[in-house]
Amino acid sequence: MARRRKPEKEKIFINRFRCAYCGACVAVCKFNANELIETFLIIDDEKCTLCKTCIKVCPMNALEIKEVA
Amino acid sequence: MYDVVVVGAGPGGSTAARIAAEKGLNVLLVEKRQEVGTPVRCAEGVSKEAIEKFVEIDRKWIAAEVTGAKIYAPDGTEIVMAEEMAGNEVGYVLERKVFDRHLARLAVRAGADMIVKTTATGMKKKENGAVEVFLRKMGEEFTVDAKIVIGADGVESRIGKLAGIDTTLKLGEIESCIQYLMAGIEFDPEYCYFWLGNEIAPGGYIWLFPKGKDAANFGIGVLPSMAKKKPKDYLDDFVAKNFGSGEIVEVVAGGVPVKGPIETAVADNVMLVGDAARHADPITGGGIVNAMKAGFFAGSVAAEAVERKDYSARFLRKYDELWMNDFGKTLHRNKILQQKLLKMDDKTLNKLAKSIAGYNLKEMSVRRIVMELIKHNPRLLWDIKDLFI
Ligand SMILES: Cc1cc2nc3c(=O)[nH]c(=O)nc-3n(C[C@H](O)[C@H](O)[C@H](O)COP(=O)(O)OP(=O)(O)OC[C@H]3O[C@@H](n4cnc5c(N)ncnc54)[C@H](O)[C@@H]3O)c2cc1C
Ligand code: SF4
Ligand code: SF4
Repeated sequence: MARRRKPEKEKIFINRFRCAYCGACVAVCKFNANELIETFLIIDDEKCTLCKTCIKVCPMNALEIKEVA
Repeated sequence: MYDVVVVGAGPGGSTAARIAAEKGLNVLLVEKRQEVGTPVRCAEGVSKEAIEKFVEIDRKWIAAEVTGAKIYAPDGTEIVMAEEMAGNEVGYVLERKVFDRHLARLAVRAGADMIVKTTATGMKKKENGAVEVFLRKMGEEFTVDAKIVIGADGVESRIGKLAGIDTTLKLGEIESCIQYLMAGIEFDPEYCYFWLGNEIAPGGYIWLFPKGKDAANFGIGVLPSMAKKKPKDYLDDFVAKNFGSGEIVEVVAGGVPVKGPIETAVADNVMLVGDAARHADPITGGGIVNAMKAGFFAGSVAAEAVERKDYSARFLRKYDELWMNDFGKTLHRNKILQQKLLKMDDKTLNKLAKSIAGYNLKEMSVRRIVMELIKHNPRLLWDIKDLFI
């Protein structure tokens, strides 16, 4: 699968106060970059292409792209 | 070595494990959560007739019974589908926290081993024809060998992908859902309620399923490919407008696969069941009964495969045939119906509802309502006629 070049300084930020650990974001990630460990979502920044699909599916609005400080 | 390792203890996995164990296989049921069944991701509605075929009813996990459904078009036109005689309840609203645990215990009672707080992280084919399943239990990694792996790992399934079946959902193939358990609201608890419309729930619907007299699962699903806001925003607007007085006592979020039937749910040594195989219905979003049916089929085919010592995809296709010829037909039909409905604007939905409003359809099924719609709107629905008649 062709990977898009991604901006160096950005990554997906998980708002843990909002996340309801539903797994919808995992179901749509074609790069297998995320995993739900019980109630704790993790994202593998190496695998993540910042395609934003997970952001769009999240029912809780818990995901966004942010600049890494 | 296990005959079968089942990954995921939802209704699909626990049923598969129970059936395989009842048939004398050596079964391990693996669940990543520490508590089976929680957090819940479900509106908990099932057809009474359908569920009674797979498990003996226990009042402990029945929260409510309903006699019918009321569906509302965007302009408020009401369609009623209900049994007229009292005592003829057609649907249950379950208590899945209790139900899922009950099913897991039935699997254990039938002889299955079980481990919780343990995630299946990988699989590797072995030279002797079996597979090595990688597990992580409370951070500790180990492996077990299995002849067959049944992937019942729900919407976030990895087992299919690990076996080469791409089950990734696109944004038009998953309902993004949120639900409140609301207490202190007023409604007639004899019915389940559905509200349709592109303004209130694009690509999905809003539901209210009673969980007693004054509490209900009040939720929404929208297609992310069509929605302009998050489901929470749509639901909050609707609740404020129509049920302002209630209190939210629980929040549930989830994704429902509405992809329609996948080409195959098997690979060498692997079968997928339930949401992992995208077995939920594209129109209703219901997936409990299909998951249990799939678990039943997969458990039975696993027993045959072990007896013949043949774990090849070719042999396991028997399982594909079973689910495809059973509920797979409905998935196929309802996927086409879904595509048709998604193209309709609110005006058309209102028109359709008006054409059959006012008299009771008596039976609560998608087929029944669509047949009635076709009868009254033959030109609008001519292209799906053959699917339903
Ligand atoms: C908001 C909402 C409302 C719904 N309403 C209804 C309804 O009213 N009626 C209906 O019939 N259906 C409904 N559904 C669908 C229904 O909940 C699912 O179809 C059903 O739960 C599928 O059962 P399953 O056994 O396939 O998967 P699940 O019940 O999702 O179980 C999968 C299990 O696998 C575990 N797991 C996942 N990955 C791993 C791993 N790697 N290792 C170990 N364990 C793992 C999970 O923790 C989980 O316990 C709804 C869904 C949602 C989201
Ligand atoms: S942005 Fe894309 S690649 Fe990254 S976790 Fe989300 S879905 Fe996966
Ligand atoms: S989709 Fe949103 S709420 Fe669900 S697990 Fe992912 S981040 Fe959390």
